[in-house]
Amino acid sequence: MADQSHPAVARDQACDGVLPLSGDGLRVTASPLAARFVLRGATSLPAWFGPSLPPRLGTATAEGRAALWLGPDETLLLAPGGDAGALFADLERDLAAQSCSLVDVSHRQAGLVVEGPLSSLCLAAGCPLDLRPSAFPVGMVARTIFFKCEIILWRRAQDCFHVEVWRSFVPYLAGQLAQARAGTAGLPVTGGGAPAPMHW
Amino acid sequence: MLLIHCPYCQMDRPETEFRNGGEAHVARPADPMAASDDEWAGFLYYRSNPRGLHAERWRHTHGCGRFFNCLRDTVSDRIVTTYKAGTMRPVPAPEAL
Amino acid sequence: MKEAFRLPSPAGRPIRFVFDGVAYQGREGDTLATALLANGVHLVGRSYKYHRPRGILSAGPEEPNALVAVHRGPGRMTPNLRATQVELYEGLEATSQNRWPSLALDVGVVNDLASRFFSAGFYYKTFMGPKAAGTALWTKVFEPIVRQAAGLGERPHDPDPDRYAQFHAHCDVLVCGGGPAGIAAALVAGRAGKDVILCDEQAAFGGSLLHETTALIDGKPARDWLADALSDLAGRTNVRLLARTQAFGYYAQNFVALSERVADHRPAGSSAVRERLWQVRANKVVIATGAIERPLVFPGNDRPGVMLAEAARCYLNRYGVKVGARVVIATAHDSAYRVARDLMAAGVDVAAIADCRAVVPESVLEMAQAAGLRVIRAATVAGTRGRLRITAAGLSSVVDGVVASPEWIACDCLLMSGGWTPSVHLHSQSRGKVVWNDDRQMYLPGVPVQDEQSAGACRGLFGLGDVLMDGLSAGARAAGLSGQPRPVTVCGDSGTEGGILGRLPWRHDLAGPSFVDFQNDVKADDIDLAVQEGMRSIEHIKRYTTTGMATDQGKTSNLNALAIAAGRLGKTIPEVGLTTFRQPYTPVTFGAFAGASRGELFDPVRKTPIHRWASEYGAVFEDVGLWKRARYFPRPGEDMHAAVDRECRQARLSAGLFDASTLGKIEVVGPDAARFLERMYTNSLAKLEPGRCRYGLMLNEAGFVMDDGIIARLAADRFHVTTTTGGAARVLNHMEDYLQTEFTDLRVWLTSTTEQWAVIAVQGPRARDILQPLVEGFDIARQAMPHMSVREGTVCGIPARVMRVSFTGELGYEINVPADFGRAVWDAVWAAGRSHDAVAYGTEAMHVLRAEKGYIIVGQETDGTVTPDDLGLTWAIGKAKPDFVGKRSLVRPDMLARDRKQLVGLLTDTPGTVLEEGAQITAPAHPKIGDAALGFVTSSYTSPVLGRSIALALVAAGRSRKGERLHVPMPGGALAVTVVDPVFFDPEGDRVHG
Ligand SMILES: [Zn+2]
Repeated sequence: MADQSHPAVARDQACDGVLPLSGDGLRVTASPLAARFVLRGATSLPAWFGPSLPPRLGTATAEGRAALWLGPDETLLLAPGGDAGALFADLERDLAAQSCSLVDVSHRQAGLVVEGPLSSLCLAAGCPLDLRPSAFPVGMVARTIFFKCEIILWRRAQDCFHVEVWRSFVPYLAGQLAQARAGTAGLPVTGGGAPAPMHW
Repeated sequence: MLLIHCPYCQMDRPETEFRNGGEAHVARPADPMAASDDEWAGFLYYRSNPRGLHAERWRHTHGCGRFFNCLRDTVSDRIVTTYKAGTMRPVPAPEAL
Repeated sequence: MKEAFRLPSPAGRPIRFVFDGVAYQGREGDTLATALLANGVHLVGRSYKYHRPRGILSAGPEEPNALVAVHRGPGRMTPNLRATQVELYEGLEATSQNRWPSLALDVGVVNDLASRFFSAGFYYKTFMGPKAAGTALWTKVFEPIVRQAAGLGERPHDPDPDRYAQFHAHCDVLVCGGGPAGIAAALVAGRAGKDVILCDEQAAFGGSLLHETTALIDGKPARDWLADALSDLAGRTNVRLLARTQAFGYYAQNFVALSERVADHRPAGSSAVRERLWQVRANKVVIATGAIERPLVFPGNDRPGVMLAEAARCYLNRYGVKVGARVVIATAHDSAYRVARDLMAAGVDVAAIADCRAVVPESVLEMAQAAGLRVIRAATVAGTRGRLRITAAGLSSVVDGVVASPEWIACDCLLMSGGWTPSVHLHSQSRGKVVWNDDRQMYLPGVPVQDEQSAGACRGLFGLGDVLMDGLSAGARAAGLSGQPRPVTVCGDSGTEGGILGRLPWRHDLAGPSFVDFQNDVKADDIDLAVQEGMRSIEHIKRYTTTGMATDQGKTSNLNALAIAAGRLGKTIPEVGLTTFRQPYTPVTFGAFAGASRGELFDPVRKTPIHRWASEYGAVFEDVGLWKRARYFPRPGEDMHAAVDRECRQARLSAGLFDASTLGKIEVVGPDAARFLERMYTNSLAKLEPGRCRYGLMLNEAGFVMDDGIIARLAADRFHVTTTTGGAARVLNHMEDYLQTEFTDLRVWLTSTTEQWAVIAVQGPRARDILQPLVEGFDIARQAMPHMSVREGTVCGIPARVMRVSFTGELGYEINVPADFGRAVWDAVWAAGRSHDAVAYGTEAMHVLRAEKGYIIVGQETDGTVTPDDLGLTWAIGKAKPDFVGKRSLVRPDMLARDRKQLVGLLTDTPGTVLEEGAQITAPAHPKIGDAALGFVTSSYTSPVLGRSIALALVAAGRSRKGERLHVPMPGGALAVTVVDPVFFDPEGDRVHG
């Protein structure tokens, strides 16, 4: 996919050639190009950015951008679009008054959208968390594990999850999800709830 | 697989998200160069290895990333309580044992 | 005649199957056991040790005898399946085990004749000491017999082509066991809206209700009540019904493992998945696992045709199969009378029922009388006759402990019931204690340790009404409901009392083998002998005799073994103790445990952004941790040696490109970043200016080298730190540990950027010429960007961090670009490099190039016991720093010892000889046995630029031995070496500044 900011150079995304995966009850697609920053130690976000700092294990979304809680002093910022540089500079400038750390990880990890009535069951193949909506409601975020890789799991709707994973683990994650999907053969498919919002 | 209560996530989480970090409350001497060889060896190598309640460090490595402490019974492998790093070892209520 | 023992007008569709090469007809819904019995086949296997003919004993997963191999095509042979659990499908092919050449004629039966050699402790006695091993008796007699007899079934040889799935599941209430108690519990919890999982090992839910023909529940026939209950459960979205699913392991905090058989009841290849492993975390667990009928222990109790009594009733009422034409029953429990009644009603000739009890309840005797059944009280079974099938049972009366001479009654089936053993396995696995109930002569679940409760027969309730009420109550408690559930009324139920443990009274003149553990061929005599030879604890008796140690874990045998041992020891059963129940309850396939994590998905396979280029360019890869790294790039006709030789030469002559993306990277940001790194690394960093890099050496607190890398200062408060490929996660964890728990006053934060950056190393005298046209935003001229500096700008228009660093000793750069652009930038640098005759080099050449310079690799020159001084790296220690991790340890006495092993170079006398890495080093060519080695070789290569072999080594006081001649003793003779400086090439170090 061409990148707006560097039109001359081809951009090889981690999900290229691996996704989408599609089968009855499960669809796994690459999340659109985004800037990603890890913000640590900050006490607030500049208002213009959109979302404020998220609550524990939760998300804040506004202006199509999202802030995901990763730990007590660690937040993942997501903003659509391919040009992280300008946004990074603006944020860094407006965070300068705080003692904190802003690091660009746009290329470190990939976003996957895992959706469909089998989505939570297929994720439960490798993730030991209780993913019932009562225990893992829409909007909840957890950094956790999926088989042998670490993921960030964000429930966007009852049957839709946004998954962030380090780029070299994408084929493994997709492969395990495909196997899990095949492993559901014969199980009753129960899903429901509202669809995920289009934007963060 | 144990469930471990992370005092930072304030939630029970599966054991595979965590890593054990050895005995807790083994403080690094404030001025290591002032420690005698024996004191320093004690800090480096000597551990209590109790039968029963053991205060140990765990890290929620694949979760919030925080180190915290836990009281675990080394006989039953039961975790009695967990508490934040830097706080005192709690005295568990008798009914918690 | 087809299905000669099937009741008239069977329900299921006919199915053809093959057992031991013979075609039979069975019915849809059959198990292999029921289908064989329908055809009058009892003989299905040979026993493990004595190769005695064995028949089907039970109707469930406790089956010890009827182990078969099922063949479902290449890679799909499964040994040791219980025929009582193997569901029939069209074309099923099964074979018996432990026999050669055939079931009917097995030469291994010689073991039976030699059985006096195979008594208790045989393995210990035989394998212990010099007396047995090596003697002719051992090599000529025992070993061949043991080898031929050893093992249970055959292992499969081909890779398993099936898919296995694994799922975690969470529920409010997990009910293990779908008999009357379990179904009742699930009904209550399900109606209360709880998330319920109900699992049962069988294809159909219902347990004993499936063969209950007389009892009425709330006025309805039991099977109608069952059908209603199941349709109620099936209609609830909050209830998950898992049939063919064994709850096999109960672990901490209500974590219960279930294995679901998805495919094996249908022809191979008709399902996408064979088995599913469910890892369930339940708020509450209801254990409703029922009870297992106990065999009686009497001579010849293992002959085909000798079966558990209730199994015969199950076969009759559920499958329409008569287990024989003329049946004798021996019992100590009321429940066998209903078996007799049902068999007689179906037209089976029940010759007699021998009750071991002197006193039999009146109601039971009335039932027997009404059916016209002959009852012999205070009886025992003195023996059986028959070779491959029982032909007669010898029944004796017992008066004042004296066994009368037997009355031999012809029969083709002997049904037995020693009473019922509650299945307390899951309760015990959950670490709940079991408690001996002396009145009832059974172990029952004690106080739960976890949030579980047992319900029904597994806690000793055998009346159907009691069982149902218990299940309802358990379900209500699990659902948190207060108040009692509405009672159910049951009538027409019978057979709840009785039981006997241990060996029946016997006559010495008729003593034959009385088996306790059928699967491991353990006899009552073996347990006697074990006690006689000094075993006192049941754990010792178990291991000495192997009773209860077969794949069935003694489900039918443990209590009898215990009672026999207790009797011999003159102790009570609880004094002797119960052995531990361990997971899994029944065997679980390796496939279920492996799941999809096999082959390509065994571990994540991590590839760099430049991997595809390397692959297209013909790279040979090696595994480094989870990463695939290009090892070398052979051109046509080249082997590894030739390729590495060319890559090394060309890198020093012109330039080489190297994919260094796997290096760990950590961004250290915050006002105290420099102070923090000063404490984590040995080096002095406070004066490191933005734009400069430093070699960083990291120690653990014990003072030993744990990692190294480059520390690049991008700004006053921002560092880009690299780690070794394998050390990335460990180093980050180590840093977080100190930051969170020791240096908590510092305002600094860490973020892994390993995968943010693709890293292209360009190394060699032409490196600058290659980069020059691609770089914008900074000056890479020799003076403007000296060795050990870092610049931010663009490369090929892509934002980049470029470091002038070298791991080759040449002028070199490492270009960091965002990973998505790694391939594109590599392509551009490669194109530029080609016009300078640059090569791509792999990890092998990288190793050689750095060794020529004496640069260490952590993990190769270090092993966790190596200090900076050992490596000659004291220059990397900031002497003025008051503290850093590991500093105090460096002055412990042992760390200052003069004879510590130090890094040196070694040159062999013959330049073509490449030493073996890991080889030991000694002073004399032929050291005496017991002499300590001086050290060992850590790295060894052929150096193309030097035209000879080189090696790095750790040698005691090595730096003072320069010029000394030492030896490397090898199998082919000692190799003489000379100790030299570890820097073999460009010792002045001019080239990096080029
Ligand atoms: Zn946590």
